Amino acid sequence: MSEVKKTKYFNPYIGGVLLGLVLLAANFVSGRGLGASGAIKSAVVSTVNTVAPSHAENSAFYKNYNETHENPMKSWLVFQMMGVLVGGFLSGAFAKRLKFKVERSPKITSKRRIIFAILGGMFFGFGSQLGRGCTSGSALSGMAVLSVGGFLTMACIFGTAFALAYFFRKNWI
Amino acid sequence: MYKQIDMAPLIVNEIISPDTNLFIAFLIGIGFGFVLEGSGFSSSRKLAGMFYGYDTTVLKVFFTAAITAMVGMLFFSLFGWMDLDFVYINPTYITSAIVGGVVMGIGFIMGGFCPGTAFCAISIGKLDALAFIGGLTLGIVFFTEGYPLFEEMYKANYLGTPTMNELLDIPRGVFALGLILMAFAMFWVGEWAEKKFPREEY
Repeated sequence: MSEVKKTKYFNPYIGGVLLGLVLLAANFVSGRGLGASGAIKSAVVSTVNTVAPSHAENSAFYKNYNETHENPMKSWLVFQMMGVLVGGFLSGAFAKRLKFKVERSPKITSKRRIIFAILGGMFFGFGSQLGRGCTSGSALSGMAVLSVGGFLTMACIFGTAFALAYFFRKNWI
Repeated sequence: MYKQIDMAPLIVNEIISPDTNLFIAFLIGIGFGFVLEGSGFSSSRKLAGMFYGYDTTVLKVFFTAAITAMVGMLFFSLFGWMDLDFVYINPTYITSAIVGGVVMGIGFIMGGFCPGTAFCAISIGKLDALAFIGGLTLGIVFFTEGYPLFEEMYKANYLGTPTMNELLDIPRGVFALGLILMAFAMFWVGEWAEKKFPREEY
């Protein structure tokens, strides 16, 4: 079985070195690390600015954000995230992994998987704003520059997920 | 000689324009997405495997990447290519780093993705990743709309931008060496766990 299903992914240590070089390039060129959640925040702020401009002017968060950012969509992370979509697609295309599907444990239904994905996303999205960045922006990029906050956030993300793994095991194994 | 002292970060020293910087962000994103997907981070079951010991790819890729970038920056700084004083260091707000991290951990084990890996997964057609991104958007809106309620916690216990070596009062290189040794110890545990809890590849 394991012979037939031999992995078609990169060796994880080589993948890690390559990811590290990408992160190093970001710091070398732009003086900053990688990120993800910030790009969605830009899209959220931009949508609110367009759909409800008076709300954006009167509510603390958007007002603050717009005062410090000229155009929320003309941001480094938005462009980087568009690249991620292209890069992920190219890798999937080369490895013949392009396919619409809901990935789930055979023990649960697709509906359950989708509900948990939405709920998990809500927690992650909220936490990423409170924690000033997600696994990429706060934990990985923060660790590379030895930020105390980056290490703390990383430990809390992985520690909590480990601590709660038992309760969600049916979803995954 | 062409050598210029502390030429990087290029954007800070105005070697490239802001628009070029955005274009390079796009190229860096392509590399980021390609490596994430190629390493298997487009699969939520593979990512979640980290927390059950049957697949520790996340640990290996994540820590190898962190130490590679860290060591790269140390050398670039040593060679006089890069001024680390102009590299962004994530600020430390103790309360929000902990609470935010815990909330993200809950999201990780429930949803099986983090934001970056979800974008990588949607790029190859994973619909559970699309649902996760929908959830992310809702969670972010919840924060931005309720910001006055969370502002105090968000800004509590601010320490500035301390680094781990400053906190421990040791040289940067010594901390880096310690982290590398720690990472190798974790890789060894990871390899052991994968042998102990074998699973087929997702």
